[in-house]
Amino acid sequence: MTQTRAGFTKAQLLEFYRQMLLIRRFEERAAEMYTRGKVRGFLHLYIGEEAIAVGTMAALDPADYIVTHYRDHGHALARGIPSKSIMAELFGKVTGTSRGKGGSMHIYDVSKNFMGGYAIVGGQMPIAAGLALSARYKNENRIAVVFFGDGALNEGEFHETLNLASLWKLPVLFYLENNLYGMGDTIDNTYAGGRDVSRAATHYRIPARQVDGMNVQEVYGAVRDVTASIRKGNGPFFLEALTYRFRGHSMADPANYRSKEELASWMKRDPVPTLRIQLLDMAVPKAELEAIEQGVEQEINEAVDFADKSADPDPSDLYRDIEADSVSATHS
Amino acid sequence: MPEMTFREAIRKGLTEAMDGDQKVFLMGEDIGAYGGSYAVTAGFLEKYGPIRVRDTPISESAIVGTGVGAAMGGLRPIVEIMTINFSLLAMDQIVNHAVKVRSMSAGAAHVPMVMRTVTGGGAGLAATHSQSLEGWYATVPGMKVVIPSTPADALGLLRTALQDEDPVLFCEHALLYGTRGEVPAKPYTIPFGKARIARQGKDVTLVGNARMVHVALQAADELAQRGVQAEVIDLRTLRPLDVETVATSVKKTHRCLIIDEAWKTGAIGTYLAFRVQQEAFDTLDAPIAHIGGEDVPMPYARNLEQLAIPSVQTVLKALKDQIGV
Repeated sequence: MTQTRAGFTKAQLLEFYRQMLLIRRFEERAAEMYTRGKVRGFLHLYIGEEAIAVGTMAALDPADYIVTHYRDHGHALARGIPSKSIMAELFGKVTGTSRGKGGSMHIYDVSKNFMGGYAIVGGQMPIAAGLALSARYKNENRIAVVFFGDGALNEGEFHETLNLASLWKLPVLFYLENNLYGMGDTIDNTYAGGRDVSRAATHYRIPARQVDGMNVQEVYGAVRDVTASIRKGNGPFFLEALTYRFRGHSMADPANYRSKEELASWMKRDPVPTLRIQLLDMAVPKAELEAIEQGVEQEINEAVDFADKSADPDPSDLYRDIEADSVSATHS
Repeated sequence: MPEMTFREAIRKGLTEAMDGDQKVFLMGEDIGAYGGSYAVTAGFLEKYGPIRVRDTPISESAIVGTGVGAAMGGLRPIVEIMTINFSLLAMDQIVNHAVKVRSMSAGAAHVPMVMRTVTGGGAGLAATHSQSLEGWYATVPGMKVVIPSTPADALGLLRTALQDEDPVLFCEHALLYGTRGEVPAKPYTIPFGKARIARQGKDVTLVGNARMVHVALQAADELAQRGVQAEVIDLRTLRPLDVETVATSVKKTHRCLIIDEAWKTGAIGTYLAFRVQQEAFDTLDAPIAHIGGEDVPMPYARNLEQLAIPSVQTVLKALKDQIGV
């Protein structure tokens, strides 16, 4: 198989392209379904940040634990969780990843060691440390990867967990997706430490590295490097991916707090068309890309169709999965 | 039957769990080298080593959250929250995560974790170290809240907690550690949601938990001298809550006083009173009475602290004023 100069095969890059496009189209259709009332609650879109999830998941082992935040569809899709199961979860259907109980912010697939989206900022941090502790306690050769946004930098759980993980040399990758905004406020207004946020980690003697989160190849390479260090038993690592969300915080947010110029400058670096152009420059036939694009369109159409046609949870599911013995949960 | 202290009963349960299952480990502030702030785990570090007896920084949220993750990863953590007052720093992990993982994952992940903590007032520690917050947690679906009053119950309930597949908040009253009681030598467990009839009687039902059971028993002694036979019920768990045992007793005695150490406003006993009157309304000779801690931040001065916590005197006064017994 031919290799690119950067060490990626054409097949790898085509797969990166397919996955990033899958996330982009999934999110666009989810937004459409939200406006049509098919998706309830909050919907946080990953549009613009696709290169991080795709490059990262490709670089990890299937045994590694993934713990993430509420902007979790991209991570879930890149981990290989079927798009139809995620879309069905967004629709609140019994065929969804959590049988319709969790919705957009709480995607799990334990069979893929995808240990959940957590909807309280910072709440996922110590859970990842605990999964890492379990791996080391049982001498398992796996690590835990925890995604969080720049808003989490200001939560106590962030600092408590970095401190504990460093003291105990836990195999955790602390993965900051820095999109510069915690909901509606810029990091410059909310974080006193300046833009060099890696100091928050190095203060706890956790090595840190920054990567261009708009470049899927660079993300892949950085994750391979830092996870190699973690797997050697050197303790946690802190990786900051610089990125930008092209949409608001959630569907309810028109993002008026950001300038058009700032958005435009980041959209010039949109990872999806950037990789497409790169592939065409590598003389990949246009028809090959169009076949991928048609495949993605078809998959998303099928996912929406599946979600729409799936059944609602049964009313008897109301008391299901609260406790192992859910009868006692009712007090009756 | 051998006798032991409440502290020794907890130690025995923890020792059995550590000896019986390598997946069990302890984690908390000063549980190892220091031996535990209430000396429950003294000697454990030496016996089991630092991998299984893990001293942590003072980081309650990280302690509980790391326990959540470790449990999801297949271990059986026993985390110690030094007192229930400090559990407030871990409330996100306890309420938002530990008891939500099972339902948010549709049962694919779960959290078999025991959270041991110390509750109650009366030790002169004032407002921030004397609270009885277990009733708050008992309102949360998915939570189990255990609160023993005797060494035998402490051991039997701890054994059950350690077999549970979901989070259990195990509350140990600070003033009970040194109390003694008989503990059966042969193996036994005590199921959750089964109250204990601590004393049988036919004239009035007194209901309590933790130290309030002992207050109720002393009040029952006083009542007996007047020829009043009080039945005393120890709830043992606040969630699940054994409404049936209390209602059955009340149908017999026709009178009921529920005692909480927690603040009287919103105390779990007021909810119990509501449930019991639903079950036993037609049999009541008087409205169900309730007393709880006074609605004040716990004061430091001894005389004021004593006024804030239900006592034998306040129990007897409530019986006289509210029920006419």
